[in-house]
Amino acid sequence: MKETWEKIRKSPLFLPIVSMVLVLLINLFKDAGFFAIGINNGIISGRLIDVLNRGSEIAILAVGMTLVVAVSAGTDISVGSVMALAACGCCSLLAGYGVTSVTELKYPMIVGMLFGVLLGAVCGGFNGFLVAKMKIQPMVATLILFTAARAIGLLVNANMIVYIRYKPYSYLGNFIPGCPLPTPIFAAIVVIAVVALFLRNTAMGTFIQAVGINSRAARIAGINSTVICWSCYLVCGICAGIAGIVASSRIYSADSANIGLNYEMDAILSVALGGNSLGGGKFNLAGSVIGAYTIQAITTTLLAMGVSTDQAPVVKAIIVVLIVVIQSPIFKEWMAARKAKKVSAGKEITA
Amino acid sequence: MAKKINGNNILLLITFVLFVLMYGIGCVIYADKGFTHLQTFLNILITNAGLICVACGMTCVMLTGGIDISVGSLIAMDCMILADGMSNKHMNAVTLVLMVLVIGLVFGTVQGVLVSYFEIQPFIVSMAGMFFARGMTAVINTNQLSITQDVSPLFYGWANAKINLPAFLGYMNKKGKMIPPFVRPSVVIALIVLVLVFVMLKYTKFGRILYAVGGNETSATMMGLNVKQTKMFAYILSSFLCSIGGILYCLNTMSGSVQQARGFEMDAIASSVIGGTLLTGGVGNVIGSFVGVLINGTITQLVTTNGKLLSSWANIATAALLCFFIILQSIFALIKERSK
Repeated sequence: MKETWEKIRKSPLFLPIVSMVLVLLINLFKDAGFFAIGINNGIISGRLIDVLNRGSEIAILAVGMTLVVAVSAGTDISVGSVMALAACGCCSLLAGYGVTSVTELKYPMIVGMLFGVLLGAVCGGFNGFLVAKMKIQPMVATLILFTAARAIGLLVNANMIVYIRYKPYSYLGNFIPGCPLPTPIFAAIVVIAVVALFLRNTAMGTFIQAVGINSRAARIAGINSTVICWSCYLVCGICAGIAGIVASSRIYSADSANIGLNYEMDAILSVALGGNSLGGGKFNLAGSVIGAYTIQAITTTLLAMGVSTDQAPVVKAIIVVLIVVIQSPIFKEWMAARKAKKVSAGKEITA
Repeated sequence: MAKKINGNNILLLITFVLFVLMYGIGCVIYADKGFTHLQTFLNILITNAGLICVACGMTCVMLTGGIDISVGSLIAMDCMILADGMSNKHMNAVTLVLMVLVIGLVFGTVQGVLVSYFEIQPFIVSMAGMFFARGMTAVINTNQLSITQDVSPLFYGWANAKINLPAFLGYMNKKGKMIPPFVRPSVVIALIVLVLVFVMLKYTKFGRILYAVGGNETSATMMGLNVKQTKMFAYILSSFLCSIGGILYCLNTMSGSVQQARGFEMDAIASSVIGGTLLTGGVGNVIGSFVGVLINGTITQLVTTNGKLLSSWANIATAALLCFFIILQSIFALIKERSK
């Protein structure tokens, strides 16, 4: 019994699942309507579906962020801004420069979307170059695009919000006619599946861990650390690009000031909540994905309780601090010392 | 007497040349728009008085090898506390200013303890701080508030007090009257802070320990220096100076809103990095950061004087400069490693 418990407790998915259950329990007692699922006009609706739907972007970002954290012990804080840039690039290409609203597209829709993802990849590649090749601290390197990407997005859009009033454009972010589930859920599943299958069927996952644990040792062992590190940032950029397109399709427009705002915080929080150490090395993709949906569940709960979107970061910031404090070596040492004390005290009593 | 020229001096030199060059170009292109007047330069100081204080604090943190990205949000929170306190709660300006300073100290202590005693990455801690402060701003008030003369005559008086410089430095206006150039009290406070921090870094024990900790933490520990305490004080100092900066920023904008001072942390970090502070710690001084702030201000001034350019160009230019200097630093570091 005790052994099974220890096994469960040591499992990497323990922290994310416990926090998920905790959030759901709070909802169960507070407002059981959270779990209600209904069908309106052939569309499945309900808070849980809403969490799955709205959490898609965070889950997609969390996939890329997990790799970046694992390989470089740092985070990519530019993902939110890159999302905005990808959305702006896509919409601006489809609508033409300086046009606010269009009903007909200049190019096929897929070209615009691929261009947005490409922009994300370029941003990711740039970050990767600074971190892997120039050996700059990840968070400082990504700080450049954190400010610049959003500003470039505004320039691309000629300082406006560009609306694409072309019905199929909104399919990706809303519903494909005839399908009862929101499309972003499928987008997230596809991204997660592709990355997970790639990591499982190639040695890439092991390489990433090796570089993250000790990049010099990995290099001596014959792994090209620079390329591995760079490609992780590239994947993170691509993920940010995809998330940006989904977010843009949701509102069928590109609003550079608001798309992806504060998403970097959510993505990093998902990784931390997923039981991954922010110090790099071993990683667990499934944990991050569960973490991402937990974050969205927290956000949805907060919004349902009447907390405004501007105020929600307070709660998230406190959760981040709590998680990193629990993960910190000092806290672990302190807990171990306490446990040892308890055990010795127990022994004295039995003796 | 010839001082050894190393990579770090070159960085500072490049910065200074860049500033003179940029300002010179501004003077040539926008001569008809009053760029050559001394007042334009003083205006840059007036708008950036807050940034000078924040950059001083940021430099101290960066000297220890850390970073503090919570400053922009902290300024927004300070401004909101001032604006909300004066316009909705009718509190005294002096009480509010003291309150803001104490909040800065507390905020810095929490961040400092988390970074130094819990050994959490500074970036993660200050990012949490950044979102916390921004969220708290919205908790206090979600509206855009402005501080008018009716709300607080005292605060309004501080903001609009003029300190005139000798008249011969001024320029003739169209009516042939000599207008003396002026600065606001906020500039004087910012410059006093600058000098104090400079003296502290150069001549006090604490200042020297900051450099030692940033240069090599392990050897600093072996020398018997209290590394953890020093790091904690660096973060406290940063948040405290940021609070002073927030008050000066508020004197300039006279308003409080949730969206205020977004990206301010970027300006502060850029100013320090452009001014020759190494991201790895141990090298840099506040005079460089001051020149960095001036460069930052000049970019904004050039964009606004032009009038046709979008304001996001200023952001892009700062980011590009930051990128340039970061790469330069890393190249110097790589060369140093090779030559070993």
